[in-house]
Parts: sequence; C-alpha cells; structure tokens
Amino acid sequence: MILVLVEQDGGQPSRSSLEAVTAARRLAVAAGVPLEAVLFGAGASGAAAALGAYGVSSAHVVEHARLDAYAPAAWGRSVAELVKAGSPSIVVAVGSDRGQEVLAYAAAMLDAPMAANCVEVRPGELFEVVRQRWGGSLLEEARLDGPVRLLTIAEHATQLEEAAAPSVVAVAPFTPTLSDADLRVRVVARVAPEAGKVSLADARVVVGGGRGVGGSEAFGELEELAALLHGAVGVSRVVTSAGWRPHSQQVGQTGTRIAPDIYIACGISGAIQHIVGCKAAKAILVINTDREAPIMSRAAYAVIGDLHTVVPAISAEIRRRQAS
Amino acid sequence: MNVLVCVKRVPETGGRVTLTADARDIDTRYLGFTVSPHEECAAEEAVRLIEANGGSSTVLTLGPEAASDQLRAAMAIGIDRAILLETDGQDWDPVATAAAIVAAIQAEAAAGVSYDLLLFGNEAADSGDFQVGIRVALALGLPCISGVKSLEINDGVATARREAGGGWDVFEVPLPAVVAVREGINLPRYPSVPGRLRAKKKEIERIVPTAPAAGLTGPAKIRLRLPAETEGRVEVLGTGAEAAPAVVDVLVRIGILSA
Amino acid sequence: MSGLPDRARVVVIGAGIVGNSMAYHLARLGWREIVLIDKGALPNPGGSTGHASNFIFTTDHSKEMTAFTLDSVRQYKELGVFTQSGGIEVARTPERMEEFKRRLASAHSWGIDAELIDPARIKELVPYIEASILLGGFYTPGVGVVDSLRAGTLMREAATAMGALTISAQTEVTGIDVADGHVTAVRTDKGTIETGTVVIACGIWSPRIARMAGATIPLTPAVHQMISVGPVPAFADTVGEITFPIVRDMDTNMYERQHGGDLEVGSYAHRPILMSPDEIPSIAESAQSPSELPFTDDDFDLQMEQALELVPEILRDERVGVRYAINGLLSLTPDGMPILGETTEVHGLWSVAAVWIKEAPGIAKAVAEWMTHGTPEIDPHSSDIARFYDHHRVAAHIDARSAEGFNKTYGIVHPMEQWASNRDVRLSPANIRQRELGAVFFEAAGWERPFWYGSNEHLLAEYGERVMPRAAEWESRWWSPIVNAEHLAMRDRVGMVDLAAFAIFDVLGPGAMDYLQGLVVNQVDVKNGRVIYTPLLNTAGGIVADLTIIRLGRDHFRVVTGGGLGMRDKKWFTDHLPPDGAVQVHDLTSSLYTVGVWGPRARDLVQSVTSTDLSNAAFPFGTAQTVEIGGVRTLMSRISYVGELGWEIYAPMEQGLRLWDTLWAAGQPFGVVPVGIGVYATTGRLEKGYRAHGNELELDFNLVEAGMTRPTVKDAEFVGKAAYLAQRATPPAAILCTLTVDDPTSSTGIRRYMLGREPITTPDGTFLVDARGRRSYVTSAGSAPSIGKHVLMAYLPPEYAVEGTKLAVEFFGERYPVTVAVVGSTPIFDPENARIRA
Repeated sequence: MILVLVEQDGGQPSRSSLEAVTAARRLAVAAGVPLEAVLFGAGASGAAAALGAYGVSSAHVVEHARLDAYAPAAWGRSVAELVKAGSPSIVVAVGSDRGQEVLAYAAAMLDAPMAANCVEVRPGELFEVVRQRWGGSLLEEARLDGPVRLLTIAEHATQLEEAAAPSVVAVAPFTPTLSDADLRVRVVARVAPEAGKVSLADARVVVGGGRGVGGSEAFGELEELAALLHGAVGVSRVVTSAGWRPHSQQVGQTGTRIAPDIYIACGISGAIQHIVGCKAAKAILVINTDREAPIMSRAAYAVIGDLHTVVPAISAEIRRRQAS
Repeated sequence: MNVLVCVKRVPETGGRVTLTADARDIDTRYLGFTVSPHEECAAEEAVRLIEANGGSSTVLTLGPEAASDQLRAAMAIGIDRAILLETDGQDWDPVATAAAIVAAIQAEAAAGVSYDLLLFGNEAADSGDFQVGIRVALALGLPCISGVKSLEINDGVATARREAGGGWDVFEVPLPAVVAVREGINLPRYPSVPGRLRAKKKEIERIVPTAPAAGLTGPAKIRLRLPAETEGRVEVLGTGAEAAPAVVDVLVRIGILSA
Repeated sequence: MSGLPDRARVVVIGAGIVGNSMAYHLARLGWREIVLIDKGALPNPGGSTGHASNFIFTTDHSKEMTAFTLDSVRQYKELGVFTQSGGIEVARTPERMEEFKRRLASAHSWGIDAELIDPARIKELVPYIEASILLGGFYTPGVGVVDSLRAGTLMREAATAMGALTISAQTEVTGIDVADGHVTAVRTDKGTIETGTVVIACGIWSPRIARMAGATIPLTPAVHQMISVGPVPAFADTVGEITFPIVRDMDTNMYERQHGGDLEVGSYAHRPILMSPDEIPSIAESAQSPSELPFTDDDFDLQMEQALELVPEILRDERVGVRYAINGLLSLTPDGMPILGETTEVHGLWSVAAVWIKEAPGIAKAVAEWMTHGTPEIDPHSSDIARFYDHHRVAAHIDARSAEGFNKTYGIVHPMEQWASNRDVRLSPANIRQRELGAVFFEAAGWERPFWYGSNEHLLAEYGERVMPRAAEWESRWWSPIVNAEHLAMRDRVGMVDLAAFAIFDVLGPGAMDYLQGLVVNQVDVKNGRVIYTPLLNTAGGIVADLTIIRLGRDHFRVVTGGGLGMRDKKWFTDHLPPDGAVQVHDLTSSLYTVGVWGPRARDLVQSVTSTDLSNAAFPFGTAQTVEIGGVRTLMSRISYVGELGWEIYAPMEQGLRLWDTLWAAGQPFGVVPVGIGVYATTGRLEKGYRAHGNELELDFNLVEAGMTRPTVKDAEFVGKAAYLAQRATPPAAILCTLTVDDPTSSTGIRRYMLGREPITTPDGTFLVDARGRRSYVTSAGSAPSIGKHVLMAYLPPEYAVEGTKLAVEFFGERYPVTVAVVGSTPIFDPENARIRA
C-alpha cells in the first residue's frame, strides 16, 4: 500500500496535492499495490470522493473531537497511526508548508527517514530519490532506507495526470489517538494581512530606477507607478551617488535587500552589487533600451524601450482598467 | 529568557553553481561561506528577543572547525555564546543532526542551562530537509511551530504567524518551544565593527558529537547534479509604450492587480 | 546579434577602464575598425575596474606615474566624471611626517598643489577623524573620486560616435594566432577576427591572454581587502557620492573614504595574498564577480583595530554595520610599475596591463600615441614591457617581488631601497671575489653589483672628512662614506669596477653600417676600432637611449649599454632592423664579462700583464683593441664614465674570474682598490657631468636642452633627424646645468644631502617653470668628493642657466642655497678631460 496525504479546502483537493497523488499512483501501479489517501478537515469526504479519477482506491478521513483546526503534530500523529495500522511502503505528500511539516512529524514519530522535495522516485532494491536542494538550483540523488519511506513531492514538478481507469473511492473515517502534546500547536486564528505603509524591504512591488532615469526630477514617473501598485521605489547606487535620491532608497549590497513579488527595474543595467540586493525578487521585469543589459539575464519579463515612455504608458493603462 | 539558535554553515552561492569532480559537493573554491539565510534571520530574531526581554542567547552549529566563522558571525550581531558540535566535515543526515543537537541540549540541561526558546531556520539552504527542528522538538517533548514569519513572546507564550493562502495562520504555544523561522521575519542587521571584534575574542565551546549510529536512515547522498538549463527565460513583452497592456496583464496574472 | 566583424584594424581585449580608454584614444588618433571585446557584460565586465574604490591621489615620487595620473585627472574632468573631494594622507609617526616633507618636495617638482597640515586642520576637514593620534597630514585639495564605469561608457560612446568602434561584450577570447612573429587574428567564442594589432587590456587576466600568443606579461593577481560600513549617521544628510576628503592612513597602509552613505575602509596591510591568473574563477562560477573574492576576515583583523583608532566615531557606532566586504583582485608587478608597450615576443601584440584607475586614461593616451606614431608625449620608459629580462618572467620572481612590494603600497620607500626577495639571480664571474672583499651588493636587472666594498673601510681614515660623511639617517641609508673613499682612491691611484651587468649586443651584416647610421645621432662611419658614444632619438626628437658603439669590422659593431635599460634598447634596435635580413642583432649580454680599470695608474696596471703597447700614442682615447691579458683574449675599449684614464675590458664570461684575478694581483703594487657602482653611477659620473638615461635623458628633454649637441650634424638620415634639426634651430626652453650646494647645513645644524627629484627654486622659494611649463627639479644628485661639494643636475630655464646664479633646493621642508656651477656639459672636475686623455 502507498499512502498519500491530500490537502483540501472546502471539498476540493488542492491542485498541488493532486500532483503528489499523480506521483504516488505511478509508484503504486509500478509496485502493484493499492493507493490510499488521508485527508483532514471539513469537506474531506467530498474531496476524497474526487480522488477516484486519480486512482485512489480508499481514503481515510481523519475525525477527532479535538481536531477542529490545523494542528501539525496531530496531523502527523494521524499519519503515523495510519502507517502503523496499514503498513504502507511509502508515504507521499506534496512539498507544501503543511506537507513538509506533517510528514516531518510523522517521520520523527515513526523513526523513519523523510526526503523532502522529490522530483523523481526510483523504488527498487536500493530505494533512490532525486530531490531538490538549494531551492531547486541543484538536484541530489539519494538513497532512502527504512521499513517505510516518507517523501514530499516538489511542487510543480509533476504534470497532473488522471488514472487510466478511475476507481471508486472507499471513504472511511479514521480516529487517531491524540495526546495533549499532539494538540499543543494548532492554528488559533486566521488573519488577513494588514494594509499600511509600504516599506522597501516589505513591498510586494518595487519600482527600481537606475542611471537611465537621467536625473532627480524624472523619478516622478516611477513614484506614480509605484503608488498605483501600492509599491515602493528603489534605486541603484549610481542614483544615490549622483545625489538624485536619498541613500535610504538604495537597493543592493550596501543598501536594502528586497524580496518583492515583482521588481520592475527601469533603466538599470544590473551591476553585480545591485543584483545581490534584488535577486530575492520572485520576478524581475526589466524596462531598458539595451536588450543586452546584464540584468536581462535575471529577468522574467522585459520591455525594450525608453522608460520615460514605457512607465507612463503602464500607469495610464492601469488607470484606464481601474476606471473601466 | 534563554534562547538557543541553531544555524548551519553553507556556501555563499551567487553565480552558477558548479560541482566538485566527484559530484558529491558544490565546488567551493571561489565561494565564501555564510549562515543559511533562514537561520541568519533566526539569529537576528534571537538578538531582538533578548534585547527586548533580557536574558541570554546561544548559537549552536554542527559542522567542521571552519563553521566557527558562522558562530562568530552570529556573535558579531549580538549572540552571547557559541557551541560548535565539531564534525570532520562529512554530511550528517537530518536524523543524525537532530540527535546530536538533542544530546547537546540535554547535556546543557544537565549542566543547569535550560532554554526557553529553540530557534531554527525552516530549512537549511543547502540540504532543504525541512525536519531537523521538528525532530528535535519531538525528542525533547517540546511544541514546534514551523515556517514562522512573525514571532512575539508575551508572558511565556509565543505567538507566531505563518503565511497561509494570502493571509496568516496564527499559532500560540507556551514556552519552552521550538520555532523554525523563515527569511522575511526580520531584516538581519549587518555586524558592526565593534561587534565583529568582540566576536573574534569570544570563546567557542566545542563538543565532539557522537557519530551517527550505523544503519543509516537517510536521505543518504549519492551524488549531486545540475538541473537542465532553461534557456531564453526572458519573455519580451514588447517594445515601447505598446507593451503597456502586456505589462498590466502580467501584473494581473501574478496577483498584483485584480483583473 | 553579436555583430562581430571578421576583420579589424585593431582588437582591444578587455573593456575595463584601460580597454575603454584605449579604444577611445585610438579612435581619437584616427584609428578605425577598432573592435573592443570582453567576456563579461557591460558596463561592468567583472574585472578590477568594477570593484575599485575609484579615488585618485596625484602625488607619486615617480615623475612618470605622476604625469600619467595628472593627465588622467584632466581627462576624467573633461568627461564630467570627476568629483573633487580633496585628500589627506595622515601621519601617525615622526618618520611619516618626514616622508610628507619629501612628498611635498615631489609635489612641488611635479607642479601639484599640496600642503602639510596639522591635526587640528585635519579634524576641521574630516570631523569624524580621531586627530589626537595624528601628527599631521599631507593635504592635496585636487584629490577626488571618479566614476570609472561611467567614464568607460562615455569613452566607448565617443569612439562609437566617431564611427571607429564595434563593441562585442560577452565575447570570450579563445586564442590568438601568430604567424612569423606577428599577430594575425583573435579567436573568440563568437568567431575569429583577423587583425594585425591586438591590445591586451585584461588586467588580472592579461598573462593568460598573452600566453595564447606565446608572449608573457609578468604580473600577478593579488588581493586587496575592502569593507564598506553603513549607514553612517554623519553621512545621512550629505548629497552625492563624497563630501569629505579621502583619508589615507599611511602608517597602517589603509584608506577610509566616504561613499554615499557608507564609509569604505581598504587595506594594503594584510599579508600578500597572490593568486595565479589561471585560478581566477569564471564569471559564471563567481558569487559576485571574478575579481571580487570572498572576504577572508582573519586577514583584516589588525586593520579593523587600526581603522577603529582613526575613525572611532563611525566604526564604534553599533548601528553602523559591515555591509560589504571583499577580497578584491588587482594586478601587481615585480617592480610595482605598469606593463606597457608592444610585447618583445610578438609584433603587433600590445600590453596595457597592471594599470590602476588613477592612471588609466593618461596611460591609454600615451600608449595610443606610441602605437600610432611611436612618440608618446609622456615618457613611459619605466613602464615599458621591454624592460623585463627572461629572469623577470618566471613565477618565482613575479610572486616574490609582487608580494614584497604589496606592503610598500603606502610605504616610505627610499630611492635606493633594495629588494630582499629573489636575490642572487645573476652573478658576475667575479662575485666570489667581491664577496671576499666585503662587497655590499645592489641589484640591477637581476645582477648583483657591488655598490661599495667593506674591504675599503680603511680608506676612511686615509681621506678623513673628504669622504663627506653623512649625519642624517635618510641620506646615509643605502649609502656608505666608503663610496666617496673609493672615489678618491680611484682618482689618486687606480680602481677596478665590475660591469658584468652591461647589456651587449653585436650588430652584424652587410647592412650594419647603414642601419646604425640611420638609427643613431652620431657618425658611425668611422674606422675599425673606434668607439662612438651616441644618443638615440625617436621621430619627435625625444631621447630614447644613449650608449656606446664599437666598430669592430666593416660589417661588425658592438653596442654596449646599461643593464637596466638593455632589453629596452635591444627592442629598439631589433624593431628597426631592415626586413631583408641584411643586418642581425646578436645578444651577447650573457656571453661577455666587463671589468673597468680606471685611475692614474690604470695604464701601469694593465701594461704589467700584457705585451700590447698601451701608451697613449698606441692606444688613444676612444679606441678599442684586442689585447691578451694573462692568457685571456680580451677586447679593451678606452673610454670612461668616471673621468679617468683607463679601459672597459671585455672577456668571455667564463674567463671573467681569471681576468679579474689577473688584474687584481697585478694591481697590488699600484694600490688598486675595488670600486663599486656608487662611484661609477653617481660620484664619478656627476663630477664629469655625464648624463644618465632616466635621469637627465628622457623623451621630454632634447639634446639641445641636455647640452649634448655636437658642432655639426651628420649628413646621413637618422631617426629623429628632422626634429633634431628643428630643436637646434630653436633656443632651448631649459638647459641642463650642474649646481653645487653652497651650504648643506639645516636649521638644526645637520648637513643634509639631496638624493634627486627635489624642486629647484629661487632663493626666496619661487618655483622655476620653463616656457614649456616644466618645473626645474634635481635630475641627479650626489657627492663630488674631488671638489668637496654636493652637486646636483637640473634643467633650468635659460634666464637662470647662468653660471654663478644663486638658487635654492627644497629638501625635507627646508631650502638650501645652491649655485649654478656649470651650464651645459662641461665637467666641474677636470674640465679639460686631461685625465681621460693622459
């Protein structure tokens, strides 16, 4: 048997959990063993039923009087108990926050190994996995030993694939034995992020200006775009050295290091010292006249052109859409 | 309060990673080393907690003698004390690492030093195992909160937040507890010059941990390899002002603007 | 879209400040089809330019480096990338304060505005400094910082706008093709460029690139540590990159300078950390850039403490963090000078390496001029790549000397200071005897040359006060009164001078006479056995070299020149060889030993061991003959650089010891003394008014000014003739004079003796500036024991170049009265040359 942890919300399995199910099913098919799922929380039964398309034959829906909110140790205990009860050879979860955490608990409780963020699993006499290290910039081929192996599957590493023949899911409740210790850590509240002043270090959007901006007076265009996006303006060292902007706005090795969802780099060539400060951005959008600028190699998106025409055009487009 | 922060020495990568000839490790000939980024934030958090609440902070690492550089880096920003679980530089898997840390903490306890808070990074930058903090917590019978991006300590209770679906999950546990933090919980300070000089002069307590028992658990590294290159990653959205709608489409797609 | 052309007039490799400057200056001088390539991305391809601290202090004791720097500042200002901040070199020790007085003299000699200031004034200029630990400072208001990357971009743009330049970044050189000793193509990962000219401007990578063509550029990458701390509260309200003067903490080999909101602290004090050019990481492998290596903080500990002492207000602030720290790579050379010019191995392959930000545009201009018409305005002779002998091109030498030189970056370096590392590289066959005689060896071109002999100490009693003993530590460093005693003994009796270091090459072949005639100023169509002393000029009439030529046969000439310049002179000769092979140059430097025998008893001495008639009638001055001495067949040349009767005697190197022993034994009845180079190169020479290359003779002086014209100019064409004729037709802007120090007594009652490069002023301290804007300074200085005076040579404007004129020389902050003793080349000792012609 192979056991897979499926995260669900309101009766819908999460997409990334289905990736894990896909990967787990391939292992089950190869080994000729059934694939079972474990689910938690309200709507779990509904979500479990939907797993038939992915080849899950039976699902354990965990129910416990004291398990009203996410509690990682309790979830881990539940998985561990299911392992003890059903003796799966492999336990799989997706490499999400919860997937990693729950499997780590289960592994610790079972005194079993866990391999995080696998992209490939090669069962066999020597059980080998290929897993991501360094945030995915490096892969490790590793061996995993033990009566049961726990694996998380790296997010977005597996193409979703339904089973050739859908199965009917036998859904059964499972009530673990939970101690007080298992319930010490649990979500006591859920809150939305607070709105407020955007600092460079915290901003989700940073609009960056470099030498290409041309002078202190020209930063108005960048500030306007940043305001429309509830973001902040950052600048390169050249800009502060030229006295166009205060040092507090400098992004880079000797300035602030930023980690926004998107960094819109305008007229910035991409000096190494600057890249160090912005490389944690999830995406970089470059606006530059020079297609060969070094920062291009770091960019996800690019607009070739003069920032003084492109930036106001973007602001205008945002306003147009917001008005409509 | 007493805070212990566990850190790991990792190569400071910036350029393309290259491997050693036997593909077992990263080629570090041209690389410096640093504290793994989540743990750098954990150390900063420890310093802030002690600044706010009083008490003492200790940094611990498991690694070769050279890892004392990272202990000193932590002391340079204000950690009071350092413990090196000195190894010969070989990889220790997460199970063995957790066991060595547990043993060290128990030895500290036996010597009368107890910790109110054990801080970890959520995962080490190099190995990405996501489990050492949890294994230590279970072995010591302590609660553990992972993925923490905000931490407050009030009256012996830790309130921690972690990002979840655009909002926050809030956890509360009484101390003592284990907290594994994530980059972004704070902006680590740069060490001051006096801080560095103080750190240089401090003693590092050295312990030789018991080598992991035979019969490994894993994951046991066979070799490393580089993922296939993804060429031409840049998506050119257009030229000049005409590109504006495409830019806004991207901003919508990644959730900055609503559709 | 690389757009890499398949042929080019010139390929410049490296787009740091040097390569960009080269592309610009070549374009400005009319070069077209210039291709500039770099394996990195622009504007910062990852070399030393990218992490340089970019500040420029102008004063150097070297005239050449100062000239390059001043010209660079001028160019940076024109580009609008220079920010003047002022700079203060600060002293923590009395020795440093003395050095600042000497530095001020150099500033005055080279025309730089500078002043010595007290700690209070330092504090006023740099409020965050701890002035209580300082004794004073050397303040240069004209010091500033540049944006070197911006300068590079502007120069590329200018060259592109001239239609002269194609730029190809991210293009890596994979090979350089050479055919028949001439560069033919540059191979890159984006294609091959056919070209006859290549400029290597690759800084720390230069040796690697040169090696692809089979050439050598003897430099080594070395680490310079730098940290940047911030945010500095004191800088919070400042605007721009720099407001406060840059501070160089000379005694700790460090600098502290504002950079925006940060303070940069750099060091040249840590242990020398050298690297092989082959070990530099690739761009892809580098965490930051290939020239920015991980900081090794143990090496910086001491410096950190020292920096804390000097700028405690900033560095003790716990809010100020170390934000950036690198081991930056820069280029070091075995003698501390840049490496410029066409390589000696490959024609068309030029090196512009080991050049720092502060001098790059000036050097590029000079090298571009050199490449274009062969006549750079600023004389680059000390930086000429051709100065290196083979023994300089080995790792053991490069590493040892570079390491030794590194900690002298801010050092107090005596002009005669000797290297400690990698000595005994080239030894005279008589070295063993010289050691027995207690020789103190100074090095020249790798040769160990006796500077004076301990065995002559007994002469001090004989000559007493006539040896002009020196009480001041500075002038007695690397000196001994024995030098002057040897001088007097030679003048009284006879001396033997080891001259093994001479560079000697024979010019042979049917075209030899015409070739030499076209190359040198003086007549070479002379009888066999005549010795010719002649200068050599470039086409602009600048003085390239001076040397002697012996005509040994119809088609056979022997060129004898100083060891230090020998390889450079040899390149000049080989570069001008006719292409038809009618002339060959054979280097005999390692084959021939030379010993000089001079003094009133020289004839008696040598005559006692040969049957050849050495009488004045049989062997007149200015001739050479083959003579058998004690079983060794020698060539004797009757000339003298010390103003005495005698000969340079050449013998096979392996018979040198025998020759030395023979002469030494024969000399005993005549009171022979071994005489060191201290006499040969300084005291003997100065008393005779002989000019030396690198001192009096440089590109920026001409023969008229140097007083080296002859009554007529030969009919034959020669290099520089037209310019020379024009110079002769024009009154000189300055005239080389010999001055005597009237009273060397300082204000504290100590006799002080100038060593060279000091400014000449009027008695009231006004600097002398000639019509071409050149200041008068001491080109050579030394004792003249025969007349009991300290003498100086200096080029003076004509109105001052009058015998008897009272002037002054500035030395360690005091002025000493001097008198113009001789205008022109007449010797102050034995003006009729009766001794030489005896």
